[in-house]
Amino acid sequence: MTPSLGMFCLFMIATLLITVWASARNTTSKGFYTANREIGAAHNGWAIAGDYMSAASFLGITGLIAFYGFDGFMYSVGWLVAYLTVLFLVAEPSRNVGKYTMGDLISFRLRGHPVRAAAAASTLVIALIYMVAQIVGAGSVINLLIPQLDSATTIVAVGIIMLVYVVFGGMLATTWVQIVKAALLMAASLAMSFLVLLHFGFSLPAFFHAAAHVHVVGTSATHNLLQPGLRFSGAIGKLDLISLGLALVLGTAGLPHVLMRFYTVPSAKAARASVAWAMAVIGVFYLTTTFMGLGAATLIGPQRIGIHLRDAQALEYIAHHTAQAHELNAEFARDHYLVPQTNTNLAAPLLARELGGDLFMSFVVAIAFATILAVVAGLTISASSAIAHDVWWNIVRAGRGDEREQVVVARTVALVVGALAILLSLGLRSLNVAFLVGLAFAVAASANVPVIVLSLFWRRFNRAGALAGMTVGLASSVVFIAISPAVMAHPIFPLENPGLVSIPLAFLAAVLGSLLTHDPASQAAFNELNVRANTGIGAEI
Amino acid sequence: MEHQHLRPKDWDAVAADPAFAQLLRTKRRFVVPATTFFALYYFSLPVLVGAFPALARRPVWGDLTLAYAFAFSQFAMAWVLLALYVWRARAFDALQARVIENVARDLKTP
Repeated sequence: MTPSLGMFCLFMIATLLITVWASARNTTSKGFYTANREIGAAHNGWAIAGDYMSAASFLGITGLIAFYGFDGFMYSVGWLVAYLTVLFLVAEPSRNVGKYTMGDLISFRLRGHPVRAAAAASTLVIALIYMVAQIVGAGSVINLLIPQLDSATTIVAVGIIMLVYVVFGGMLATTWVQIVKAALLMAASLAMSFLVLLHFGFSLPAFFHAAAHVHVVGTSATHNLLQPGLRFSGAIGKLDLISLGLALVLGTAGLPHVLMRFYTVPSAKAARASVAWAMAVIGVFYLTTTFMGLGAATLIGPQRIGIHLRDAQALEYIAHHTAQAHELNAEFARDHYLVPQTNTNLAAPLLARELGGDLFMSFVVAIAFATILAVVAGLTISASSAIAHDVWWNIVRAGRGDEREQVVVARTVALVVGALAILLSLGLRSLNVAFLVGLAFAVAASANVPVIVLSLFWRRFNRAGALAGMTVGLASSVVFIAISPAVMAHPIFPLENPGLVSIPLAFLAAVLGSLLTHDPASQAAFNELNVRANTGIGAEI
Repeated sequence: MEHQHLRPKDWDAVAADPAFAQLLRTKRRFVVPATTFFALYYFSLPVLVGAFPALARRPVWGDLTLAYAFAFSQFAMAWVLLALYVWRARAFDALQARVIENVARDLKTP
């Protein structure tokens, strides 16, 4: 065993011990989902930040900035500003109105099974896409530590470790792992940024000068990573940037696993304070993505990151699958889009190696892996509680099942969802993970956000509107992704991220559905919702 | 959290309480302009990049381009609005406490 692998294992054992400790005190459904609502605001803020600083942020954005500069940094900006939407519109009301899941919030005044089922479906889709991104990221970093393994084996092994972890841990364990890992990830990012700046004698002008003149290997040309347009260019590129920006800034408010975090604190005031903590932590972290990403580009060079990765992945793959070598090359050649994407996920760990050698790299890989583990756990819990609480408890058992049975269902669902995510990851393992998560944000912003916002703020909103909005939002975003350049070599839908079309469509459907139908019950419940959401009277404790 | 145990006799009556109306008004007076402002500020960035590419690429500090500097400024914007909200929220809490008092008093009178 190499030292880097040994250090990695030590770190993983420590996080698993925390899980075992937590699972010993965790038998009720309230404990499994919400950690008994006893998490403090500062801790919860760090946990939210931990959820958010996923593989997408750390590996994905750093890679996108290393390759595309400014265009990659748009992800950082959007994901931070998104928290203003959460803070102003949904954090406190969801704490006041919800119990366990996003479905509680939406179905508060829009009672009835169809709405709950639709909320569960969108939660499942979002969690799946998000999980795929995490598993793909985990597969890439583990491949870096153990290059002998082929990426398919890595993905399956990583997926199974995560499932074991979630099924035994529940929310309390993931909250603590998120907090510990958020602090470590922050420390690593700050250390890497510090070392990058040290390399430039702490001169920002020198650093920016280098980022503006990154050599293109094999030519005398240079790239200016500080200029927009390296990834999003042309007329479609401009629209794509706006579409992505819209999905990023709205999506967070519709992410089931982020909304769930507000149920783990004692009050709306604590929910507000935890968003404040999270925004402080996340903001600093996202600032460091510039230094890590541009640092990787200037100190290593995108081409070297790219060549390294392509070689590692392709050679390893060909060594194990000699028969498919031909197909692999054909795949690379056919789909120009995938080739640069293949190479972007490992800029951060490779920068760590450049700056601090193999040991520092394994530390960074271990943190990235723990990050992914914890994020997958949070996602699995949001998906399994959507099914166990919204579908099983509320629809199948009509609110009369027993709590233990609900936990058993939740754990079974966690297994099934996890297995599904592993299968999908095998097919999508060449995509950039920030890009993948951006798609999950588009689905959340289309399927959930219109319905959440309208149900909180619009008296005339009703069940038909909610169903129409969720169905149209979910279906349009998923279908547009399926026929987009991300998936098809000859795309039918031109935008990489569907937000610009699917979000307005969902709002339109929600509004039209409400205006065209008459549903006094939904409107009668608005006063109660409004009072509860704004005062916290009668909130779950 | 004492008030979480309250169960008003009539939710519509609470919604009609002038103190509640004032709470909503006060919140709206902050949230609507703040949301409008951050949406405009945020979307100016992709619009600047798309509509005025030459301007967006212009260096403003050494090699730092206008687009990248504007992106950095979004962080400051988010933190300032966060601080303003947290500060304003104390007023929301005070108004909220008045609504809760009214409900508690109403429950005590037979």
